[in-house]
Amino acid sequence: MTQETPVPATLSNGSGAAAILAAGLGCFTLGLLAVAADKSVAIKHFMIFSKPTGALSGVTTSAIALWLLSWSLLNWRWQARTVALGRVNASAFALLALGLLLTFPPFADLF
Amino acid sequence: MEITTRSLWTLIHGMGFGALYLMACSGALVELCRRYVPRSAAPVGPGDERFLTVYLSLMAVLAWLAVLTGAYVIYPWYRATPPIGTANLAAFPQALLLSSPSTARWHSLGMEWKEHVAWFAPISITMAAAIFARYGRAIRHHPQLRNAILGFVVVSFAAAGIAGVFGAMLNKNAPVEGGPTLHLSSGE
Repeated sequence: MTQETPVPATLSNGSGAAAILAAGLGCFTLGLLAVAADKSVAIKHFMIFSKPTGALSGVTTSAIALWLLSWSLLNWRWQARTVALGRVNASAFALLALGLLLTFPPFADLF
Repeated sequence: MEITTRSLWTLIHGMGFGALYLMACSGALVELCRRYVPRSAAPVGPGDERFLTVYLSLMAVLAWLAVLTGAYVIYPWYRATPPIGTANLAAFPQALLLSSPSTARWHSLGMEWKEHVAWFAPISITMAAAIFARYGRAIRHHPQLRNAILGFVVVSFAAAGIAGVFGAMLNKNAPVEGGPTLHLSSGE
């Protein structure tokens, strides 16, 4: 027979909120940089971190760097706090949806 | 029976990492829903939480391996520029697709979308794994966190699905071929 161990004391939601908002921001940045590299020759050249992979290397590396940086900063600010998670979730999903739209070529071609 | 090294890498990227990630993703979605829907009566023990944390972490590894092999191993072969005057474009998949109006959209829509949207999968699933690792069983006290995780896992599933479907179709229309040939078996 297994015994249920007690659930640990509740942690504040700040760390989770930081991870969620940063993920939304990372996806949005990726979409935004993809469009920017597609529309501007200067940005496209700047984004070539690895020649064989082309601008994709810079677009994804920069987005990942910004995602991890924003995650660290938000976590540092929020880890001990309880934040309004409803608003954080709404912002994260709005950023995620915009990021998805920006990666979709027919939408990106509108700019 | 033989296979080129480029084909083998494409197989590892698509079937080894991508398809396995998609299967794991459907499993994660079922597990998350089963555990945390309001009417669920199944008790969640510490072993269950540990299992899900490890499962999501392995999914994150698979997702990162899929996008990194795609971007840095296969994509350079795909986008290689053919020398001027090359008549046979079989070794240059992007140029081959763009050479005909009937296949150009596989690149301009399929590859252009796939190469970016696929990265949503590792970002989303890494976030989900990190939250599970941090909160453990305490996550049952945070329904909004769980809902957000579920939403991001759905998006990662969709992103990996888009990448998978277009990857398969691109490889069907202009396969990434070449490199040394590996002999797997001799004829009878």
